[in-house]
Amino acid sequence: MKLIFERGKEGQACTLMPACDVPQVTLAAPKREKKLHLPHVSENELSRHYTELGKQVHGVNDGFYPLGSCTMKYNPKVNEKAAALPGFTNVHPLQPAHTVQGCIEVLKQTQEMLCEITGMDAMTLQPAAGAHGEFTGLLLIKSYHESRGDVKRTKIIVPDSAHGTNPASATMVGYDIVNIPSAADGCVDIEKLREAVGEDTAGLMLTNPNTVGIFDKNILEITSIVHEAGGLVYYDGANLNAVMGVVRPGDMGFDVIHLNLHKTFSTPHGGGGPGSGPVGCKSFLAQFLPGLQPVEKDGALSLVAPENSVGSVKAFHGNFLVVVKAMTYILMLGKEGIPAAAKNAVLNANYMMNKLKDIYPMAYDTVCMHEFVMCLEKMKHDIDVSAMDVAKALLDYGIHPPTMYFPLIVHEALMVEPTETESKETLDEAIAVFRKIYEDAQANPAAMHECPVHTPVRRLDEVRAARKPVLRYTFE
Amino acid sequence: MGSFLPNSEQEQLQMLNEIGFNSFEELFGHIPEQVLLKNLNLAEGMSELQAMDHMEELADKNVKFRHIFRGAGAYNHYIPAIVGSVVNKEQFVTAYTPYQAEISQGILQSIFEYQTMICELTGMDTSNASVYDGSTAAAEAVAMCQERKRNVAFISETSNPETIKVIKTYCYGNGIDVVMVPEKDGLTDAEALKEAMGASSACFYVQQPNFYGNIEDCDALGEIAHAAGAKFIMGCNPMSLAVLKTPAEYGADVAVGDGQPLGLGLAFGGPYLGFMAATDKMVRRLPGRIVGETVDRDDKRAYVLTLQAREQHIRREKASSNICSNQALCALTVGVYLSAMGEQGLTQAAELCVSKAHYLQGVLAEAGLQPKYNHPFFHEFVTVSDVNSKVILEALEKKGILGGYPLNDKEILWCATEKNTKAEMDQVAAIVKEVCG
Repeated sequence: MKLIFERGKEGQACTLMPACDVPQVTLAAPKREKKLHLPHVSENELSRHYTELGKQVHGVNDGFYPLGSCTMKYNPKVNEKAAALPGFTNVHPLQPAHTVQGCIEVLKQTQEMLCEITGMDAMTLQPAAGAHGEFTGLLLIKSYHESRGDVKRTKIIVPDSAHGTNPASATMVGYDIVNIPSAADGCVDIEKLREAVGEDTAGLMLTNPNTVGIFDKNILEITSIVHEAGGLVYYDGANLNAVMGVVRPGDMGFDVIHLNLHKTFSTPHGGGGPGSGPVGCKSFLAQFLPGLQPVEKDGALSLVAPENSVGSVKAFHGNFLVVVKAMTYILMLGKEGIPAAAKNAVLNANYMMNKLKDIYPMAYDTVCMHEFVMCLEKMKHDIDVSAMDVAKALLDYGIHPPTMYFPLIVHEALMVEPTETESKETLDEAIAVFRKIYEDAQANPAAMHECPVHTPVRRLDEVRAARKPVLRYTFE
Repeated sequence: MGSFLPNSEQEQLQMLNEIGFNSFEELFGHIPEQVLLKNLNLAEGMSELQAMDHMEELADKNVKFRHIFRGAGAYNHYIPAIVGSVVNKEQFVTAYTPYQAEISQGILQSIFEYQTMICELTGMDTSNASVYDGSTAAAEAVAMCQERKRNVAFISETSNPETIKVIKTYCYGNGIDVVMVPEKDGLTDAEALKEAMGASSACFYVQQPNFYGNIEDCDALGEIAHAAGAKFIMGCNPMSLAVLKTPAEYGADVAVGDGQPLGLGLAFGGPYLGFMAATDKMVRRLPGRIVGETVDRDDKRAYVLTLQAREQHIRREKASSNICSNQALCALTVGVYLSAMGEQGLTQAAELCVSKAHYLQGVLAEAGLQPKYNHPFFHEFVTVSDVNSKVILEALEKKGILGGYPLNDKEILWCATEKNTKAEMDQVAAIVKEVCG
């Protein structure tokens, strides 16, 4: 397909700017010398270019998207409608407080609802994504220990099944990482945790349900082991969709959490963002929150920095329009809809798992939560068909593959998260496809390495991309 | 209650039974009783109509200004109609990060095109696929320059205060020492910078045009940084790069900025977009996604996420950054915006900004608000007056005008863009004259 730079011709353009109605001024400053190359296309060519690009993208709207750990649920259109209201889109972030009462109320109401759902006391909506939330939450932990003069705490404990962002975020906050191996059941190894904690423990980062899709039943013991050692416990909210309205991180002993509004709260992923990663905490950490907090006085709202705020993790008030979308979603679901979504997510995952486990071995054959992990090690060993091959075969059936090769503790892993917004019919169809691929693989394993064959492009030469990087178009 | 669940209760029960459960209670039976939530204290769910009504009511509580003369990090530019029409396409909106390249060529190619446009604007060799916003881009750029023996970052006081705050917060995390370089007459004090920098200096960050709108002498500043063996980082307004000397031409090692002026609405501060571009030497230190060109099995040109050995999902605690989700849809927005504008349209918009801002400065001076500085500026400038800033801005607000950003009781930071007309600016001057006269 042509690049936008390969379309149109010099001199062609959209007519957008008016003539100048004031005396023209020439800047008395150094000018750019290098010629600026930007596309030169008519609006029609431009429109068609992106329409063509759009045809080469698989979104949730195009079909089943069981990408584990990413919660690719349906993105309600009303969210988009609310976020497009001019009363939200045309507001400057530095307007006086009395002219942005509606925006501040959005922040306030959303924070209150998210606190109730998570069992936290305070929240910031400033972080722009999940990893950004992790970074923010860890800054709170660091501020807390330092405020008490407890400077020996330099280590963050992370299970070996954790998302890569956990250790990467801890490094950004200057912590050393202690990786602890998971137990045979995929959960935290309590003895290993006891051995790991000590006077140098700043905290533990955990998801529950964990990254293999299992609810860790020992959670109260885990959080109390860390607390007894003087550390804090961080909840990675990537998997909250399994338990929202059923179990709250705050009731499991977590001190600080992040949420992914673009996973659990139905805001779209936009091809990789913008997301939103609010951070919630217990009251003793609220004084350290970054950014500004909504405060009500005499019926008027204003924004005030917390007493010992760690600063700001982003300019202004976060990805505000994403917050608007999540708020709309929570308002619609309400007290019954929130747990109902979680329950159906767990049901859909267990249903799919049970209909596949006779041919695709599960890494952990137990009741799962919102997602499950298959282990294709045997298939790889027996007929040289890998998790990658199965994933690529799914592409030919219009199904987005599950997350591949994660978590790292499961070999040849495929992590499947159907989400609650898929119908039984869709699940049954997907199950049939998985089973067909299995049969095809047994019959003709070599053909699996050729998949996909019906996609706009086929498997890519990733080695070439990395060895001889071409990272931009070069104009002649 | 609103719901997006396709399964009926009957179907749910049937599915439960098929896999050996009689109820949801049984399915969740392995969760310890002590942690189960008894009551979720939220209101009952709403219908779509009610939810929309609620949100409209909130939106209506905000004041939308028809006439805006405030910038300070968020700029009121015209957004072509085609931009919204493209970026609202459901495929783009509802896709995840393009891990599966075979079914994500549209997103991957759009990012590759975006990277090319950012390289063109900045003159730099390589761009990443975006970070959260201009301030986090600046903070990530500072982190890129940290070396074992070089752990001090110098930040010009003339930078946007929001950016300074974010850099300081990130550096509290990663342990880089931040030294502020003082401002002198609205510009970075080059002498002070020269004296302060030394063998432990990692980098120097300056914003161009700076927070007060003034154009810095980045040739001199870059030279000082490089003479100390440190990296030179420039934070740029991308609109200004259509006409101003590029960071590459100033010798910058890393160029960053906020892409908001390029097609993204004011939106109470977000989502915006942080762009980051660097010299080839620095490319493996860049955080975030990068898209590269390659071929598929049939030798067809195609695009893929590349140089992933920098990233958290591979390198974990040794990654160059923790970033995972970025601002991909905003990068698409910038790509569509720049394609619609073209070099001609963007240059025209930038020149309009310059002319309008200078006209506004002139009529405000006549009305009693004197310019504070006498340096070349792009589209922002500061005025001083004995009349309290608040009084002036309130008078404008009454007429539906969002005036400049008050720096203090006496000084206001103004901004004019291609959207502001002569008639509008004359009206502002008339109101100011009434208040000051």
